Amino acid sequence: MRYIPHTTDDVRRMLEAIGVASVEQLFDSIPSALKLSRDLALPTPMDEVSLTSLLRGLAARNAASADRMALFLGAGAYAHHIPAAVDQLLLRGEFFTAYTPYQSEASQGTLQSIFEYQSMVASLLGADAVNASMYDGASATAEAVLMGLRLKRKRPRVLVARSVHPEVGQTCRTYLSEHEPGLEEVPFTNTGTTDLDSLKATLDDEVSSVVIQSPNALGCIEPLDRIADLVHAAGGLLIAVVLEPVSLGLLRTPGELGADIITGEGMGLGSGLHFGGPGLGLFGVRGSRNVWQMPGRLVGQTSDAQGRTGYVLTMASREQHIRRARATSNICTNEGLCMLAAAIHLSLLGKQGFGELARINATNARALLEKVERVAGVERVFPAPFFNEFVIRVDGGAERALARLSDAGILGGLPAHRFFPELDSHLIVCATECNTHEQLSRYAETLAGQEVAS
Amino acid sequence: MSTASGRSGLVHAEPLIIERSAPGRVGCALPPPLGDSEQALRDIPESYLRSTPPDLPEVDELTVVRHFTRLSVWNHGIDTGMYPLGSCTMKHNPRINERLCRLDGFASLHPYAPADLCQGALQLIWELQGYLAEISGFACTTLQPAAGAQGELTGVKMIRAFHKARGNPRKKVLVPDTAHGTNPATSSLSGYQAVEVKSGPEGVLLPDAVRAAVDEDVAAIMVTNPNTLGLFEEHIREIAEIVHAAGGLVYCDGANLNSMMGVARPGDMGIDVMQFNLHKTFSTPHGGGGPGSGPVGASAELEPFLPLPVVKEKGGRFELDFDRPQSIGRIKSFYGNFAVMVRAYTYIREMGAAGLKRASEMAVLNANYVRARLEGCYFLPYTRRSMHEVVFSDKHLEEHGVSTMDVAKRLLDFGFHPPTVYFPLVVHGALMIEPTESESPETLDAFVESMKAISEEAARDPELLKSAPRRTVVGRLDEVQAAREPVLTWRQTRE
Amino acid sequence: MNIPSELKYTQEHEWVRRDESLLTIGITDYAQTELGDIVNVEFPEEGEHFKKDEAFGAVESVKASSEVFMPVSGKVVEINEPLLDSPEIINEDPYEEGWMIRVEPDDPSELDSLMDAAAYERYVKEESE
Repeated sequence: MRYIPHTTDDVRRMLEAIGVASVEQLFDSIPSALKLSRDLALPTPMDEVSLTSLLRGLAARNAASADRMALFLGAGAYAHHIPAAVDQLLLRGEFFTAYTPYQSEASQGTLQSIFEYQSMVASLLGADAVNASMYDGASATAEAVLMGLRLKRKRPRVLVARSVHPEVGQTCRTYLSEHEPGLEEVPFTNTGTTDLDSLKATLDDEVSSVVIQSPNALGCIEPLDRIADLVHAAGGLLIAVVLEPVSLGLLRTPGELGADIITGEGMGLGSGLHFGGPGLGLFGVRGSRNVWQMPGRLVGQTSDAQGRTGYVLTMASREQHIRRARATSNICTNEGLCMLAAAIHLSLLGKQGFGELARINATNARALLEKVERVAGVERVFPAPFFNEFVIRVDGGAERALARLSDAGILGGLPAHRFFPELDSHLIVCATECNTHEQLSRYAETLAGQEVAS
Repeated sequence: MSTASGRSGLVHAEPLIIERSAPGRVGCALPPPLGDSEQALRDIPESYLRSTPPDLPEVDELTVVRHFTRLSVWNHGIDTGMYPLGSCTMKHNPRINERLCRLDGFASLHPYAPADLCQGALQLIWELQGYLAEISGFACTTLQPAAGAQGELTGVKMIRAFHKARGNPRKKVLVPDTAHGTNPATSSLSGYQAVEVKSGPEGVLLPDAVRAAVDEDVAAIMVTNPNTLGLFEEHIREIAEIVHAAGGLVYCDGANLNSMMGVARPGDMGIDVMQFNLHKTFSTPHGGGGPGSGPVGASAELEPFLPLPVVKEKGGRFELDFDRPQSIGRIKSFYGNFAVMVRAYTYIREMGAAGLKRASEMAVLNANYVRARLEGCYFLPYTRRSMHEVVFSDKHLEEHGVSTMDVAKRLLDFGFHPPTVYFPLVVHGALMIEPTESESPETLDAFVESMKAISEEAARDPELLKSAPRRTVVGRLDEVQAAREPVLTWRQTRE
Repeated sequence: MNIPSELKYTQEHEWVRRDESLLTIGITDYAQTELGDIVNVEFPEEGEHFKKDEAFGAVESVKASSEVFMPVSGKVVEINEPLLDSPEIINEDPYEEGWMIRVEPDDPSELDSLMDAAAYERYVKEESE
């Protein structure tokens, strides 16, 4: 067996050294009544050739993968091109076969890359500090809400904009299932952004935090600065959620606009779709005292006795392995390798490339919108400014349009009623740098019902 | 140092990547936009746009590749050498896992693809749920949780939902003193008070201690089996009966499942719910701290409370089931860490029943072998039979003024990653060694010889240990300075 | 080890000084030595009320977090804000500059149940054995 080196002779010699007669005897602390008296019922072991063929077969049954269909589907999982260097570097065994860098002298590679990630992502979000990652954007936001409740102990209410991705809201509800009162929703207007009048009327001195996503689940950019003013005037915290971080190459940072805690999904920064996981939970805060209330790991710069610069896990007394029941979170393992992917990807893109990538996304989405708006029976729904995603209404309904697009080899978007039941003939459509002229034309032509030359 | 596998080599100094930046350099080749960018962006108000670009480096591809390659060399991974980190199961990460999880059909699959167009992914999830259920003896499993601690949270929330459905969520969770910190933290996060239960003198939980702690307010007990001392909780069934009789449930932290695959099953021991750690037991990479995957197995009673969604099979077709009124809800976006599941699936299919059992047997053999060879040299506080890991302490070294931390740091000079240190908390100065089945006896012998050499050094020249490590890229770092004056970004280094 | 004679002490190693109607509370020299280099202090909000023996905050080193408990019931009227930026003051001067909170006690007679310096010294000796 290739993953287990022991020969019969090794086993015999080792048993002798231990002083037992058999391998079975090593398990004598398990009462025999608790032992399994049969073999596990699992498929028979496979060699590498047949294993490859088995998995290829399963992969082939995923007809919707982006190598086989044109993708215009985002809705919280945005497909961005991953430069070849990212994955090649992730495969360095020193990175991917290491664990949590508790022994800093043997983990400077991981620690320095986390520090670089923290630095780069802090700058993207406009945060003072960013942790070494959470599981994904949804759970990061749930933890941000809990942090808001710790910072504002006498304020039990939490408001979540309805324009926040529903899976983020649902995750917050699960994390806060024991919290009273439950999460309250703030509606959006027909411009596609949060209803500020309604927000203003709902805010009071009982509200600890308000959760706003921008660009939101309808693709629209929220007026975070005006929202921050309202929330702060009531003494609460603004939690801004960014599920499409590429937008930050173009848009002002949530921190600059007044957000106190910024969370997000970094899957698009070098990790890829993978059917939705692993994600990369971005988590940033403003204000140096607030850092002590953050969940998750943090890396700081320091030095050794000889004055050499080095990096360590720091402010660890916040965490479960020290504070146990009083910890800021129970998180332990996070999304280390995805964090590294983001650090490498952002380094490759660089100051210019990141902005350029954002402009390409915004441009391609507008090019698509322009084409589909010309199709009879298709209209853009929300007038608020957007980044790379928007909502259209289609005569004849979302499902029919999607089916036709699917026949033309296109994943045409998300049926919007999955998120917002009243948007029953609507699609949430996204374009990125991965789309081509031909795909954009095919999309519009298929919607128009024309025959498409393949 | 004759036994050392550590050698100093071409270890380069490498600054922060931002310090390699030069204006105008690029490391990417982006496609042209499909329209006029300037014109396209006019509909976004100026006030929404970034006025300054983000603080990212400007570097060419080679600079990036070289930077991260050099950083990687400063790390110790399983690929570099033995990594006997107790409770973490640092076993070999098979390369076929890495190749197959990167197949386009998996890697570029959108989570909102229509079910008919992602049957392969759903089938893989469904089959893996079944394999894990069989290995653990539970009636149902969910692969949703992103890591072990999130699996714990899922499990405890299911327990709470179960009690709530019966009219009373209850108030307390019993946690043995040997537990991982995540256990009490999870209890608090789920609205429970964590109440510590002391282990008996031999390091295992005694039924009487549990009996004394259990009452009508106890929602559950969280046990780790084998526990963090590497000992099998042999009274587990009786403990489960005591807790069940009072209406409570039994949660098992499954971090140590690598000790008993195919030998015994938690689900057969009276345990109601448990999380798996795919990145421990099922060979998926630890990645410098994730991504992990923390599926949860549970008894039939708890099945209605599984998180959303659940993958179901109907007549050979697989689908996501969201219609589960008693579910605890969603615990993250989408369906869990799918790329990690593909790796674990690949591993289980390659190993089969016999392979998994052999892995557990050899893991236990290795731990007991290391124990036999180091006993006497290092103090062994608990002497019952070890399972997959063994806990020593620094008691014999105290007279030389040397501590566990010094041993750990000195091991780095010998080319080994240290064991888990100062955990579990019930052992003063604990050294928790988990070799895993991946290591050959030759490697174990080299590790043992290094540990013995260090113990001799402690008596002869304790300063050698206290000033260790010397052969790493940096020495011991000032953690107090790091926490008192936190420098968390490169922007701060310029201030 | 420094144990000023004019103060009162708790089993959790807090000290109490009575000035007029207010109590000043901090952690003892023994406690700061045991904890080592303090890197963070957690405070309650001013105006918050706590019962005797309730945790009102925490003192943290790199490897440990230790809760600090109320010696008597009362309302927090002032916190020692400089500790937020310079927690090392507790290590340097636990009884003067390193005080943590000032409290308006509900019932000053609760102080009588605390140890005096001699009793605390015996207590520490027993505990460290």
